[in-house]
Amino acid sequence: MSRLEVIKTGKLWIGGTWSRSESGATFVVEDAKGQTVARCALASRKDSREAVEAARAGLPAWRDATAMLRGQVLYRAAEMMESRCKEFTEALCDAGMNLPAARREVELSVDRMVMLAGWCDKIHQILGCQNSVVGPYHNFTIPQACGVVVVFCPEEPPLLSMVTLIGAAMGMGNTVVAAVPRSAAMLGVLLGEVLAVSDVPSGAANLLTGDIGPLLDPLGGHREVAVMVSSGLSKSARTTLRLAAADGIRRVHTIPWTDADWADDTQTCSPWFLDQFVEFKTMWHPAGV
Amino acid sequence: MMGQSGDTAVAVPSEGWNYSPAPERTRPEIDSEYGLFIGGEFQAPQSDRTFNTINPATGQRLSRISEASEEDVDAAMAAARVAGPKWARMKGRERGKYLFRLARRVQECARELAVLETMDGGKPIKESRDVDLPLVAQHFFYHAGWADKLQWAFGGRDVKPRGVCGQIIPWNFPLLMAAWKLAPALACGNTVVLKPAETTSLTALHLAKLMQEIDLPPGVVNIVTGAGDTGRMVASHPAVKKVAFTGSTEVGRRIMEELAPREVPLTLELGGKSANIVFADAAIEQAIEGVVSGIWFNQGHVCCAGSRLLVEESILEPFVAALRDRMAQLRVGDPLDKNTDIGAINSSEQLDRIRALVTAGQEEGAILHDVQSTPLPEQGFWFPPCFFTGVQPAHVVAREEIFGPVLAVMSFRTPEEAIRRANTTPYGLAAGIWTDKGSKIFEIASRMDAGVVWCNTYNQFDAASPFGGVKESGFGREGGLQGLRAYVR
Repeated sequence: MSRLEVIKTGKLWIGGTWSRSESGATFVVEDAKGQTVARCALASRKDSREAVEAARAGLPAWRDATAMLRGQVLYRAAEMMESRCKEFTEALCDAGMNLPAARREVELSVDRMVMLAGWCDKIHQILGCQNSVVGPYHNFTIPQACGVVVVFCPEEPPLLSMVTLIGAAMGMGNTVVAAVPRSAAMLGVLLGEVLAVSDVPSGAANLLTGDIGPLLDPLGGHREVAVMVSSGLSKSARTTLRLAAADGIRRVHTIPWTDADWADDTQTCSPWFLDQFVEFKTMWHPAGV
Repeated sequence: MMGQSGDTAVAVPSEGWNYSPAPERTRPEIDSEYGLFIGGEFQAPQSDRTFNTINPATGQRLSRISEASEEDVDAAMAAARVAGPKWARMKGRERGKYLFRLARRVQECARELAVLETMDGGKPIKESRDVDLPLVAQHFFYHAGWADKLQWAFGGRDVKPRGVCGQIIPWNFPLLMAAWKLAPALACGNTVVLKPAETTSLTALHLAKLMQEIDLPPGVVNIVTGAGDTGRMVASHPAVKKVAFTGSTEVGRRIMEELAPREVPLTLELGGKSANIVFADAAIEQAIEGVVSGIWFNQGHVCCAGSRLLVEESILEPFVAALRDRMAQLRVGDPLDKNTDIGAINSSEQLDRIRALVTAGQEEGAILHDVQSTPLPEQGFWFPPCFFTGVQPAHVVAREEIFGPVLAVMSFRTPEEAIRRANTTPYGLAAGIWTDKGSKIFEIASRMDAGVVWCNTYNQFDAASPFGGVKESGFGREGGLQGLRAYVR
């Protein structure tokens, strides 16, 4: 007997809850053959501001959790991804990828999350240091979370780049707002579902799907955003983002990576990539009795 | 400080002891006019324009400085670009040896440079001699040693220089800021076009003479003098592959906007309104000294000045009384006198700005305390050390960077309130914490929105210690391992 398929509505994941866009706007996600796969919420400017506020509210709980715990939460996310490999693979195939390539990207993405999970309680030992100053002082420099990080995910490679950017931002103790382009929307929803069952505290990760262009200004100019990391934006979008960020002197990093770069573990899990997600603090204290 | 020494009883006259003048007698040679330093030579500007540099303590002209035009900046960029490949290819060890040589020459000429710094900028000789110049030499020494060790600084990466760096520096620590900018850039194999502040070009130009003496290859460092327009030309020049700026948040924002359409890496060291937090359990006398050096060091012309003092309410009254007594001891006057604590304000523009903000503070109802033991000189630009009490967080003196010897005193009741008030500012450069409790230090320090946190000390600097801010105080670090990051790709 034939059965009517249940089609999922893709929603925004903000502050630990799934919501439609406040604007009510949606867009249709089609597979490569033009069949409707799902309808997704189209994030508005207001949604993006709400996501930032949720990320700000979620910051203390996530940033102040022990690094070991953050690592375990990200590892949990990898476990949840592994068990949903089929869904991720199908979503990649729906977007036009062939099956072997889709499988490979899912495997790489799960493994990437595992690698990033392992960095949480070690990065400080690589990026931080003790400084030998002239005088009787203890002086050391430690990497700390920046705060709210916005990542603008590229279209390609859709899942691997999203996992890398979100995992890196969260791994360094930041809370994150991810702006996911239409073409990767269902993957974003799936990743959100994974994070939602991985003990990620509310607001630590927030996902916006739809058109990135209208979100550049409100996200780039938001004073609660500390850092913006983008990849795959056009030159004019990069300019818009940097102009918006100039008002609050916010950090903007551009990742100019190709598909091969995203697949390269040594680059993507390098401290010299992760240092874009930390802020250095130097502390002095006199030594003496 | 003077006073009774040992167990000898000395009768203090009722009017107190007077200091005899103790002038620094070294006089550096100052040329009547300085050209632009391009391609290893001093050159007359193509603009044919010059401007005066004056001694802010007397108002008298020291020399005439060239104003670089667009053509001059082009020439400097071309020289830096031509010198780039050879300098980048040179063995790190050899590049480092040039910097070691430069460090040595700075040490040999330290006294002349310190006097020159004081004459051109107004800071007390004891600061330029004991703080600025030793740090300048240390910056070159420290970074010299990195030049052949970059593969260890960035494990797993084969780093390369970025190319021509455009660097723009402020007038509060003229030669030290030049060293902060030049040393890491050169150690990493970049070449530089440096733009000093228009009121304080002299020591950078004398540093250029030392570069000639140590045979630094021509074009590796080029110095173009001028005001804001020249700075804009340097920052936005198409040949520039990296821009570093230290100065006001307002100008930093303009540079960000200017560079927005381009993929040029940028580091900014901007303004601040740093909190100095004193808990009731602090060593009070040390805290008083820390507050003094926090706000009155270098006339308060310090981006990380501890310009907001937050005192735990239970000790507010005695602390303010002790601070008032200590402030009255500060000697304002001839910067070349070795006993001077507070020198001249750097320029009449800056003096006007300080006066306007202090007037605004009074108009908003804050109470000004400016006891002065020494009369202010008649010539030059001066402002006495002072502080405000009765300050509300919304007051202009609690929010705006004054960049002068003006402190805003406020109080708090709980550590949570101290943290919140300290972080309630768009800036995030530095913070000071005074308490004898170790666990409190770690907790408060880790929660400060600041790039530098001084615990039971303030205004300490070191070439090995990364410096820089968060939020609107800018991004990137200068000094230490982390400071190299901006100069490699």
